Amino acid sequence: MVKSLYGIDEEINAIWVFLEQDGSALAGVSLELLARGGELAAQLGWRLVGFLPCRRAAGWVEEAFAHGADEVLLAEDPLLEHFTVEAYTQVAYEALWEHKPSIFLLGATPNGRDLAGRLAVRLRTGLNADCTALRVNPAGVLVSEVSGFGGGVLALIEMAHHRPQMATVRPGVFPPGEPDFNRQGTVVRLPVNLTVESVHTRIVERVVGQGVDLTQSPVLVVGGRGVGDNFKMLYELAELLGGEVGATRPPVDEGYIERARQIGQTGVICRPDLAIVCGVSGAFHFTVGIQEAGTVIAINTDPEAPIFAAADYGIVGDVHEVVPALIRELQVTD
Amino acid sequence: MSNLHTVVCVKIVPKPEEVSVAPETLRLDRAGARSEINPPDMNAMELALSLKERHGGRVSIISMGPPFFTPLLRVALAMGADHVYLLSDRAFGGADTLATTYTLAKGIEKLGAVDLIICGEESSDGATGQVPPGLAEWLEWAQLTMVNSLDVDVEQRQARGRREIPGGHEILEVPLPAVVSVQTASNEPRFMDYKIKPWAFAEGRVTVWNQADLAAEAEYIGTPGSPTIVSGLDEAASRERKRIILEGSVSEQVEQLVAVMEQAG
Repeated sequence: MVKSLYGIDEEINAIWVFLEQDGSALAGVSLELLARGGELAAQLGWRLVGFLPCRRAAGWVEEAFAHGADEVLLAEDPLLEHFTVEAYTQVAYEALWEHKPSIFLLGATPNGRDLAGRLAVRLRTGLNADCTALRVNPAGVLVSEVSGFGGGVLALIEMAHHRPQMATVRPGVFPPGEPDFNRQGTVVRLPVNLTVESVHTRIVERVVGQGVDLTQSPVLVVGGRGVGDNFKMLYELAELLGGEVGATRPPVDEGYIERARQIGQTGVICRPDLAIVCGVSGAFHFTVGIQEAGTVIAINTDPEAPIFAAADYGIVGDVHEVVPALIRELQVTD
Repeated sequence: MSNLHTVVCVKIVPKPEEVSVAPETLRLDRAGARSEINPPDMNAMELALSLKERHGGRVSIISMGPPFFTPLLRVALAMGADHVYLLSDRAFGGADTLATTYTLAKGIEKLGAVDLIICGEESSDGATGQVPPGLAEWLEWAQLTMVNSLDVDVEQRQARGRREIPGGHEILEVPLPAVVSVQTASNEPRFMDYKIKPWAFAEGRVTVWNQADLAAEAEYIGTPGSPTIVSGLDEAASRERKRIILEGSVSEQVEQLVAVMEQAG
């Protein structure tokens, strides 16, 4: 059987979380993983450790402590300013090999997936990708729930012998905890041995900060095929409600709305207080993206549409009539 | 003409809507399910074929699975691919990502002279998206994942792609050889070419390689090469909702809706 570079006889009782930063703050998914990782660590009596590669730490270390990390492993180097798979894999590999944690959790972001996929092979260990739930048994075995076949089937995955037990988790799956900025922790600086030649990826252009993060919006107005190209009315409604606009896959594929707004299995998972779902049939690979929403309202012409089974309140009607009427009503109420 | 050799990794998957979980055994019931090329891999094929049109060279398809996948893979030949390689051996069965990427890497090594590997974003059954970075790691190649467009400079041996990242996008450049994954729905896969379809289905080249052909080490393939085990399966439970239909005229419905929304916060 294939052997991981280190096994259960050498593992250290710690849960590591990859801390992703986008230049200003830690990524939401990193905070979510600290929250869930902290619960699992408390259950086992283990330490929760943040792994933070960056150019120079800003407030991220304190932010990690406030969200539950007992320790932050800090790797600072100019070559770590932005993610490149070569530099980040090298630094993470050396840190894991040196400290041998039992569990390593990463966000299933584009960069988190790149890093996790490389590391798992380099360490000859297993990777539970895109998990929807994480548990531990008393022996410290991580049990990850993943969904397959468009979300209709859930599988529980674990590894008995290989370490670290790696898992990636989609943004929005776990609620972020409440920060406590009085919490303290220890900082350990990692040695960094990177050379310019070892980095093959060249970042030609990088633009961030213009996109939308649907996972942070308390209200979502979601459009499906039934909306056609009329997303304008959904933006109007979202603005009145202080929310954001999301979509199912067909309007994204049609180019009516940008992909960053796609909700569901291949988009983002959201947990808004209120979701208003317009002209959506309600296939599982979409509804998985709003199943943790507080209240779901559905508007669809087809009374048989599955979306009504996934909604708290439904209106059988044409979105092109109902939404404008709702907008007028809200304007009057205001 | 250049000699750009692109390999597309293709997975054959059961149609998602035809798979269920057997309630007693908690095992996947694929018995009645028909198989197809993993839909995101069609975008990978389209990208590879469009690069061939622009730069010349050839496109190979590599897949892993039982021999009955062969006719399904001939679709790729009918779309314009030059050659299909199927890695097939009972010993490959039960592979997770680690064993799968190892086996594919052995196939690529045997092919030799590959400049570019293109994968779909993820598979519709596993949906992990972990094959491209894993494959790149075994081969020690550069990687460029989740791109929605790609340009290749054959002379300079470079690939440049654009990808979306949370809250923005980036354009990255990597040296060849490289592993690329393409964002689902970022292009429109072509149909089969009816002029080559008869050749593709009658005599199109499908080469089958087994463990011995690949000189793949037993401990790295199939179940022995797979650290992860599936310890249980379940059908996804959906959260109970109130399922109240608001009746009346549009204005009456909307009035009720506003009341509901005020409660929801």
